[in-house]
Amino acid sequence: MTRVGIIGVGHGVFGRRSDATVQELAFEAFRDALRDAAIDRDAIDASVIGSVPEYHKQRSLAGVVQEYLGLVPKPTWLTEVACASGSAAMRTAWMSIKAGLHDVVAVIGCQKMTELSTPEILALMGRVGEVQWESGFGTTFPAYYAMFAKRHMHEFGTTRAQVLEVAIKNHHYGAMNPYALFRKEITAEKAMASEEVATPFQVYDCCANADGAACVILASEGRAKEMSKAPVWLDGMACATASMSVLRRPSLVGLPSAEKAGAIAYEMAGVSADDVKVADVHDCFTIAEIMAYEDLGFCKKGEGGPFVADHQTYIGGKVAVNVDGGLKAKGHPIGATGVSMTYEIVKQLRGEAGERQVPDADIGLTHNVGGIGQYCFVQVLKRD
Amino acid sequence: MFKWFGKVNYTPYTKVSDFAQYLKDGHLMGSRCTSCGAQSFPPRADCERCMSGDFEFFELSGKGTVHTFTKIVAAPTGFEDVAPYIVGVVDLDEGGKAVAWFGESIAEADIEIGMAVQVVPQIFEELEDIKVYYSLEQPGTTWAKV
Repeated sequence: MTRVGIIGVGHGVFGRRSDATVQELAFEAFRDALRDAAIDRDAIDASVIGSVPEYHKQRSLAGVVQEYLGLVPKPTWLTEVACASGSAAMRTAWMSIKAGLHDVVAVIGCQKMTELSTPEILALMGRVGEVQWESGFGTTFPAYYAMFAKRHMHEFGTTRAQVLEVAIKNHHYGAMNPYALFRKEITAEKAMASEEVATPFQVYDCCANADGAACVILASEGRAKEMSKAPVWLDGMACATASMSVLRRPSLVGLPSAEKAGAIAYEMAGVSADDVKVADVHDCFTIAEIMAYEDLGFCKKGEGGPFVADHQTYIGGKVAVNVDGGLKAKGHPIGATGVSMTYEIVKQLRGEAGERQVPDADIGLTHNVGGIGQYCFVQVLKRD
Repeated sequence: MFKWFGKVNYTPYTKVSDFAQYLKDGHLMGSRCTSCGAQSFPPRADCERCMSGDFEFFELSGKGTVHTFTKIVAAPTGFEDVAPYIVGVVDLDEGGKAVAWFGESIAEADIEIGMAVQVVPQIFEELEDIKVYYSLEQPGTTWAKV
């Protein structure tokens, strides 16, 4: 089967985008990716839209995006697996190229989260878990990850200070990313002074809802070599799941879906965790990044806290993680996030990340989680 | 009558709806597959192991151990009036896990992972509609209606 190469990437500014509709956000990223690839949109055979429908007033989003991008009558479809919808779009585009159905596919992750009123957001927040047995007790997204954090602290001695190091690092790099929602450094004192959300989490442990879009253009091996001087190869593209209900999980100190998807992606790409120089992982909450280090094998289980506190995930450490600011500082427009991760790794592998460039980045990884680990997608990317 | 279960109920119709009736009468029930004997909590109508659709309810002791917990300050719709509240995940002695609120018999300062608790059926007395749930209480606590 053909390899799949990335020939163009585009990104819009993440944040409260009261200036634009969701299709206008998608257009920004799509235009940017076409210019990056130096191709015309006629070269695109199909598009895949990654987005979570319940945030938009517009129903059946793929249609309105396809029309606004000027891609009618080419095929399009929408993928949804919560916060991993962008990576699911990537995977179905990758599958369509692998299958020989399409040669060049544009993947657009786009999300407008601020269209909803606060009561609407609060109502959605009450249904993130398994609604039959859990949501009736008022569980929330931060609450689930807070319970992971409590258990991680209990089993491994992970400290509050270590957990907050994730937020400090990601804000440090987010301050250098022009697409990020939060472009300011933070201190532990400031984080500790922020409002409580779900113990031990405070505001600075949590990523923020945002609007935004990102685009990646994929091509078959032959077309990628013809169309691009420096394609980045998508050699690992894995997906695994874990139970929807946390009550059906054997342990609450990691995400079994991430562990599984990581192992499959490494095998597909013929690499190991030690080969990865740069990674974007799903830091929806601070503890999530620490668990990702462990689930992906960047460090041993339980050692994620000291790993970040020792700056092993800064540029210059063992593996640079979320040096674009992560979800924490970039903001988390849920459908766009997975595509934004791939954007960052492609820029890094091409050596185009500017002051945030990881030296000698030749192998990169993305780790995009849906829900509370119900879905996890891991990509391994390589340059020639 | 599954619409009785939970302060807010999102799933009024289910094949295990008798669970809520039992809970209202003070019994915490799991499911047992009548074909292969596999037990489940929370209960499920269709066996995860052998895929049989035949099951019966069986009563749990309600004894368990706190696996993890959090105090939720930022509450979603329908829970604003009870916030902040402390939610725990408990490992049940007979297998399975439950999410539940910590009840009045346990002080916040005393809550810790690994502590023994009793899962106790409860009714929201202050609400006009029937609303049932269960809470985590000191070991030995019995159903209030007994």
